[in-house]
Amino acid sequence: MRKNITAGFIPLLDCAPLVAALEQGFAATEGIELRLVRETSWANIRDRVIVGHFDVAHMLGPMAVATSLGVGHLKTPLIAPFSLGLGGNAVTASVPLWEQMVAEGAALGAGPRVQGKALAKVVESRAQAGHEPLTFGMVYPFSCHNYELRYWLAAVGIDPDRDVRLVVIPPPFLADAMRTGQIDGYCVGEPWSSVAAEAGVGVIVTTTTAIWPLSPEKVLGCRASWATENGERLDALIRALYRAALWCEDPANHADLAHMLAAARYVGAPANLLQNALGSRLSLMAGTAPVSIPDFHFMARHHATFPWVSHALWFYSQMLRWRQIEEAVGDIEVVRSTYRPQIYRRALAPLNVELPKADTKIERFFDEGVFSPDAPIAR
Amino acid sequence: MNDPLLRILLVDQNAERAAILEEGLREAGCRHITVVREMHSLMRRIVDADPDVIFIDLENPNRDVLEQMFQVSRSVRRPIAMFVDQADTESIHAAVEAGVGAYVVDGLRKERVKNVLDTAISHFKTFNKLREQLERANQALEDRKVVERAKGILMKERGITESDAYGLLRTTAMNENRRIIDIARSVVSTAGLLK
Repeated sequence: MRKNITAGFIPLLDCAPLVAALEQGFAATEGIELRLVRETSWANIRDRVIVGHFDVAHMLGPMAVATSLGVGHLKTPLIAPFSLGLGGNAVTASVPLWEQMVAEGAALGAGPRVQGKALAKVVESRAQAGHEPLTFGMVYPFSCHNYELRYWLAAVGIDPDRDVRLVVIPPPFLADAMRTGQIDGYCVGEPWSSVAAEAGVGVIVTTTTAIWPLSPEKVLGCRASWATENGERLDALIRALYRAALWCEDPANHADLAHMLAAARYVGAPANLLQNALGSRLSLMAGTAPVSIPDFHFMARHHATFPWVSHALWFYSQMLRWRQIEEAVGDIEVVRSTYRPQIYRRALAPLNVELPKADTKIERFFDEGVFSPDAPIAR
Repeated sequence: MNDPLLRILLVDQNAERAAILEEGLREAGCRHITVVREMHSLMRRIVDADPDVIFIDLENPNRDVLEQMFQVSRSVRRPIAMFVDQADTESIHAAVEAGVGAYVVDGLRKERVKNVLDTAISHFKTFNKLREQLERANQALEDRKVVERAKGILMKERGITESDAYGLLRTTAMNENRRIIDIARSVVSTAGLLK
């Protein structure tokens, strides 16, 4: 019998495994009839998963955690049994901001420490001159982008709540908002960093994998109750997505994949930019040749599809750090049970592939910060 | 009857739908309604309107912008999703189904907004129906143009009358178990190839 699954997604590069699962037949091989529905906002993704319009969705990792905790919305237990890759985000500065940063020591392709120090000097001199604080865009309050950007800013001495403004802008509108001067910088997934660089509107300052190597991104999210009632369907989908992720990562398939994703019904962005990003190559600014950034984006390697519980715990620590929530008894258990490596292991068991031995790992950051999943609240 | 004192903010880029809902809410007794169609300075408009209830259409990508404003802002009273009440799963289904996102200011009694929510849902549904009808009508018009062109091509190529051309399309459709419009499309595209 065919297993129907409806999946919601947002037009971003990391919806690729879902698209490839459908277009390359990995879903069909597992007996799944996969229907993909493009959405316009993360809030819609969440609501449509909650009400059951979508069985599963391309979802922000922190959104699954926040919804399980019931932050600001109907409390619904969601789970993340599969990760849709690692990395892929970058921080982009507007050309005027970049020029100010260069005057303070920033350099094209330099590390997050150098770029951050330069940015801190710009922020400080603006404050001294009585200018408006800089405004940075990101995609959602409960997103890796928000937390990575905040982590970087704080690590270089910029208070993300006091010294700058952070605003949410949907990814396809970011480059335009930069062009019109509404924002001075932003943190987003591909292709929306390259789009601004290519158009000469912005300059890519750093990637978020330089801030946090092997940093998490989207997950496959679904209701915990759906996963319980549809165990076989979910396992089959996880196998299909696992194979799709391997296919997506193979450089031999990047041209085909980029062409596929460029279609308006999927990402709707230029194929050449998508192909560069798939190959971890970025044009940091207009008129420069794409440079290879080896650890920019992983779709399968380094257990990129494994739902590390330490990722969920880190998101929780950041929700507390930035006062999105207050500590409450029992929350840690809710957070832990949102990410489900058990389901991932169960689904992939028949494939006899090598899987991580543990469900958590120590996370390390550019500033030598270390996050231990055993002490998630100590900061 | 709705609470006439409730301040309602409607964020919708679709002018017709916004007008339908605004009228509906006024008929239902609401007196303070602000409609926002432009997304820039959204925050400013929210602060000025100081709403108790906010509606936004789900096609609007700026819904995420709105949700962040509730997260961070000290300058607006904190609106929260209307469905934080766990018992209210029926309402959330109805609203998402109809394509509307709803937020209320924290602490507002649920009874005060129930009617407003129902009004919004029903007018969004009405709009959806109108749009479907319009799309169907447009499609029918498009189809008719294609059939006309196919008839014209057959009349010219075969030297037959208009009613014979239509008869030919109909017979072929029946024989092949397809729709007349599909046969007409084939005729038009084939004629294009042979030019």
